Amino acid sequence: MSLDWMAWTFPTAVFFISIVVILAAMTIWQVLWPSMERRGFLPITTTPGDRLFIGLLGSAYIHLAWIGLTGLTLWIAFGLAILWLVVVMIWG
Amino acid sequence: MEKWASNKAWFLVLPVFVIVAFSAILPLMTVVNYSVQDIFGPGQSVFVGTEFFKQVLADSRLHEALLRQFLFSALVLLIEIPLGVLIALAMPRKGVWVSACLVTLALPLLIPWNVIGTIWIIFTRPDIGLLGSTINHLGLAFDHTASPMDAWVTVMLMEVWHWTPLVVLLAYAGLRSIPEAYYQAAKIDGASSWAIFRYIQLPKMRGVLTIAVLLRFMDSFLIYAEPFVLTGGGPGNATTFLSIYLVKIALGQFDLGPAAAFSIIYFLIILLFSFIFYQALQNVGKGGRS
Repeated sequence: MSLDWMAWTFPTAVFFISIVVILAAMTIWQVLWPSMERRGFLPITTTPGDRLFIGLLGSAYIHLAWIGLTGLTLWIAFGLAILWLVVVMIWG
Repeated sequence: MEKWASNKAWFLVLPVFVIVAFSAILPLMTVVNYSVQDIFGPGQSVFVGTEFFKQVLADSRLHEALLRQFLFSALVLLIEIPLGVLIALAMPRKGVWVSACLVTLALPLLIPWNVIGTIWIIFTRPDIGLLGSTINHLGLAFDHTASPMDAWVTVMLMEVWHWTPLVVLLAYAGLRSIPEAYYQAAKIDGASSWAIFRYIQLPKMRGVLTIAVLLRFMDSFLIYAEPFVLTGGGPGNATTFLSIYLVKIALGQFDLGPAAAFSIIYFLIILLFSFIFYQALQNVGKGGRS
């Protein structure tokens, strides 16, 4: 089956592979060391999966805001998104 | 033994994963791929990075459509939820009229969405439509094809007529689940109708009303068929909501790249609100137990 109709590019392939790797790693982590819900600086109790979702969704909005509001390189937004993801995962 | 049985259950949900992969994940991946390329034909494309996102985010018509969409959804919730609760409260609790009321209320929900638009086109026509011509005969100029305000009123009326019954049915189900003992206790205490509503019925309906708010917000935010058939997004762009504007870009102008970028932004907005409402729903449940 050809996947030409999906019009894959190298950056989008890397993006989706990264998401799949993160999800797989989180699943293995959860199976080996199950974690409980907890409350951090976010106003809700969260599991690691919730925090990953919030982190990724926030990262998407950081990128959109960066594209819409600044003309600067996207790598800065990427750095901010990684920082946001790490902060949410650890202290969220 | 129990653990083995639980693991085997994963194979039963495997078909769902496969179906979701083909119906949602692969198309979503394709949309992401299209959003970063200018595609001229099969195998002919140029990588443009975030250009289409910049273009879409700077599009003033998109901003207007987004504002319109939020206004529409807010009005839908402000009208349909209180009205649905009021009708549910007024409905009989027992007897033959219960079935008659439920069937009558459910009728608009059974009509296909594009047919709803057609019904309302005819109903509100200023020359021959029952509603349109009646209003005009009363001396009020009404034409939803010419006046933006009339178009909004017509779309709102159609939406309220179509979807308030869903809120009524949910609220009625919530009311029916309240044990008779609560009402008897309130009667003994001499509680007023308002007190019964405020302290018994409303708290007991909180769960179903949250579901109603969720469903109505998401449905109204994604609305397409009814206003498209009724007004086509006009007059001008007065009733061009997000999905109508998206289809105009994707199919009207065949700008697949910007349309894909737009779709991703639309998806992210819906994802954010779904998450917020989901959390609200979870907290309502926890609040109820505590």
